[in-house]
Amino acid sequence: MTVDDNSLIIIALLPFLGALVPGVMIRAGRNACAAFTAVPTALALVMLLTKAPGVFAGQVYVAEVDWLPQLGLSAAFFLDGLGFLFASMILGVGLLITLYARFYLSGEDPMGQFYTYLLLFQGAMLGIVLSDNILLLLIFWELTSLSSFLLIGYWKHLPEGRQGARMALAVTGAGGLAMIGGMLILGNIVGSYNLTDILAAGDLIKASDWYLPALILILLGAFTKSAQFPFHFWLPHAMAAPTPVSAYLHSATMVKAGVFLMARMWPALAGTDAWFYIVATIGLITMVTGALIALFKDDLKALLAYSTVSHLGLLTMLLGFGTPMAAVVAVFHIINHLTFKAALFMTAGIVDHEAHTRDIKRLGGLRTLMPITFVIGTLAALSMAGIPLLNGFLSKEMMLEEAAHTTWAGSHLALPVLATVGALLSVAYSFRFVAHVFLGPVREDYPHKPHDPPFGLWAAPALLVGLVVLIGLLPHVVEPLVKTAAGAVTGGELPYFHLKIWHGFTPALFMSVIATVGGLILLMLHVPLDRIWASAPRPEAKVIFDRLIAALVNLSRRISDATHDGAMSRYLAIFVVATTALGYIAWRGAAMPAETRALLPIPPLVFVIWILLMAATASVVLMHRERFRALVVLGVIGLTISVGFVYLSAPDLALTQISVETVTIMLLLLALHYMPKSSPIESSATRRIRDGAIALAAGGGVGALAYAFMLRDTSTISQYHLDNSYEGGGGTNVVNVILVDFRGYDTYGEIIVLGIAGLIIFAIMEALLNGPASRKLRRTDYSADRSRDRHPLMVVIATRVMMPVALMVGAYIFLRGHNQPGGGFVAGLVVSIALLMQYMASGFAWTQDRQRIEYHSLIGWGVVLAGLTGAAAWLYASPFLTSLYGYIEVAPIEKFGIGTAFLFDLGVFLAVLGAVMLMLYSLSRIARYAGETVNTEPMDYDPSDPVQAAEKES
Amino acid sequence: MEFIVASSVGALTAAGIYLILRLRAFASILGLALLSYAVNVFLFASGRLAVDMPPILSKYGNGGYTDPLPQALVLTAIVISFGMTAVLVMVALGAYLESDDDRIDMDGDDMVGEGDAT
Repeated sequence: MTVDDNSLIIIALLPFLGALVPGVMIRAGRNACAAFTAVPTALALVMLLTKAPGVFAGQVYVAEVDWLPQLGLSAAFFLDGLGFLFASMILGVGLLITLYARFYLSGEDPMGQFYTYLLLFQGAMLGIVLSDNILLLLIFWELTSLSSFLLIGYWKHLPEGRQGARMALAVTGAGGLAMIGGMLILGNIVGSYNLTDILAAGDLIKASDWYLPALILILLGAFTKSAQFPFHFWLPHAMAAPTPVSAYLHSATMVKAGVFLMARMWPALAGTDAWFYIVATIGLITMVTGALIALFKDDLKALLAYSTVSHLGLLTMLLGFGTPMAAVVAVFHIINHLTFKAALFMTAGIVDHEAHTRDIKRLGGLRTLMPITFVIGTLAALSMAGIPLLNGFLSKEMMLEEAAHTTWAGSHLALPVLATVGALLSVAYSFRFVAHVFLGPVREDYPHKPHDPPFGLWAAPALLVGLVVLIGLLPHVVEPLVKTAAGAVTGGELPYFHLKIWHGFTPALFMSVIATVGGLILLMLHVPLDRIWASAPRPEAKVIFDRLIAALVNLSRRISDATHDGAMSRYLAIFVVATTALGYIAWRGAAMPAETRALLPIPPLVFVIWILLMAATASVVLMHRERFRALVVLGVIGLTISVGFVYLSAPDLALTQISVETVTIMLLLLALHYMPKSSPIESSATRRIRDGAIALAAGGGVGALAYAFMLRDTSTISQYHLDNSYEGGGGTNVVNVILVDFRGYDTYGEIIVLGIAGLIIFAIMEALLNGPASRKLRRTDYSADRSRDRHPLMVVIATRVMMPVALMVGAYIFLRGHNQPGGGFVAGLVVSIALLMQYMASGFAWTQDRQRIEYHSLIGWGVVLAGLTGAAAWLYASPFLTSLYGYIEVAPIEKFGIGTAFLFDLGVFLAVLGAVMLMLYSLSRIARYAGETVNTEPMDYDPSDPVQAAEKES
Repeated sequence: MEFIVASSVGALTAAGIYLILRLRAFASILGLALLSYAVNVFLFASGRLAVDMPPILSKYGNGGYTDPLPQALVLTAIVISFGMTAVLVMVALGAYLESDDDRIDMDGDDMVGEGDAT
């Protein structure tokens, strides 16, 4: 029975919204910050709890918002028993951690940051457990990896913290990647990324050939997250985090995400042999190994970390059994583990906080000094050991019972024996936690005299221990929750069961007794055993991990060194050869359609121009060492191409090409002035032949491709532009209408790019002139290059006369642009050429002194004008850059259209003018550094000046 | 006519590629300039060739228009490639002034050695 309920989305979003709050509230003080962090969490928890009656009645709440329906990704959430159990754990413990962290963090720690990270993490976890879409689940899954990285590395000054965070990110992130693969396979098998659909299609999935790959990939994600062997090593290293983080991540949330996933996917994946042997075996190994290592750890948090690894192994093993009853036990133990483990982490934090050490070898005898902490810690530890009347006992008994009934590879003994060993070790380290920290004689040498902490610090663990005892004594209070959640895991009927303390003389009871007694004996033998453990050789996971990472880094460095050796010509050669080869393969692979177009005739004049172009191209190659000549010939090519554009019905392109050509050649000439005038012969003849062959192959391929498609028709969208240019865009020059209207957004981007190019050039020049380059420029003597008559009379006069004419032409080209060839691009270039001529004639400094507008601001105004014109369309509730137009008629001038496109084109004009001028301005600024003198007169020799004329005479 | 355009594109591409494979910055700039001519004409030609059919709407024309879309794209491409050439020229000039050398391949000394990146 499903119920639509959009408040689920609000619950899932609340922590993310709340994450904005602590950063602001920290200014109001630490208490206010903590209080306001608690608000979104508490709100979400209350909203969640209002759904409790429905969930217990078997309802499933769903909410869905389409996100990227094409990918099958939707923001779909659902809340069933399992989701409810986890969500309430995440939010409930989140609240306790908020309280605990308020008192735990010291004044120097940035608390606002901490709470923000905490809420981000909480939101990500909540997202995982509420997602009804596996793609959405993956997003939240990755978010937990990222936000836990921030939390684990919270103490940035500690190298262990940074390394631990990095390791956790690497391991869980890699697992997450594997899981993405698995989930995609799963989605493919089922044909839907909807979790509900996938859970309902269990038989289809298990029958699929892709079941095993999907299973392994998904389990990789779950095992890395839940620290299962052999990925367990990141968890203890993550203990460098502040204790509230450890308590949250490693009791209720992060590491439980893997367990949650296995439980969630249980109906879809569990119940096969592969599932049993992979999951149960890994779980068993993890449980025993984790417990064994925990017994010999001296760091309180490391002990708890390995015990967590061990308990996660236990949960994994139970889920691996694949029977409904084992799933019930797993759910029950998830609740129990949460209560005692969070309390234990908080206890360890309190001890560390008060005694300034958490090294077990330096502790002991805290019983009398910290009585409250002692009671909390002891009850929680005894629950972890599985002592009767505490909740840990109940689920451990049930686990042993399940293990006793399960055969592994035909052996009836393997599982029960190993499970008992795990329990025995668990008893030993739990007792050790109590005995070596709280019991024993009071010592004199604590780093700090310990005493009980303030109420705020022990309130949270005390509440949890209250739950430990409550569940331990009256297990039936959680029975509805366990039944609802377990029912959601199995997705079917549950076996008949009751949670109770006394089950009679079952095998589990005997295993429990053996474990408890054996654990006690082990603890008594701890000193000699510890000595053996210390001297025994064993693999150190961190060392292996570091070596592995170092090897990977080394390998990638080798690959990049080999391929990226700094020889640019080599990369280019490889790129060209590869592209040509791919083109060839593509051509070989597909049949060519028949030619549909007739060849156009070649008039004699065109043939002559073609000969000219070919000759010029060959000359550039042949004489590229003599740089000036090559530049001149380059200009010839550009002009030939613009002639070609004129002939081939592209007047706008011809205009643009010819003006760009002019500006480009000027720019190159200016730059060449400061560079060597010739290139030496450096490459060998073989190499030149090789490069020639590559070039000919590529050129031949491109030419052939162009020839091939020019002979064939294709469907285009151009007719639309031709049809709508006048009616919709108000102009007859379709090219210009496309630029300022149909594809105005592109043009807008392009003028921004051009403006940025101008600014980059300006910035490079700034950097150059403030660096060693300026010294070099001062030292070099350029006087030999200079003409004696640098600002000749003829040129000065001619450019002065040309200036108004050129500006007029620019204005004309600009105004007619919408209907005839022209427009903002060309006009901008023409006007900049008019200005450049002044620079060339009278020298840079003289002209610069006379110009009043900054080129930077021209670019800025251009972009702003174009942008505002586009935005004005919003006022008419139209999309960005929708144009409006009309026509005006001023007496002597022909009627011309004016509209928003006109203003947009004006923006283009300004931006182009500003960018071009800024580029040349930057280049010519070098001149001053190179010792160019500043002339005060516009020309060197002015015959109208009698004094100068007389000097010249003498 | 198609052959004229195609062979021009091919020749410009070949010349451009030969020049960008040289070892000096200036030759590369020349090569890139040639390549941008080639690419612009190539893109333009993708609208197919037409004589006397400019995309200017007119009551008096013969009624046929060439494809305006590639022209609009090439127009901005011409301007942008000018901007990029200018940036490259400035980078090359800067590199020459800073290092007294306009070679584009790195020498052994300039390479990042083992362990530097840690």
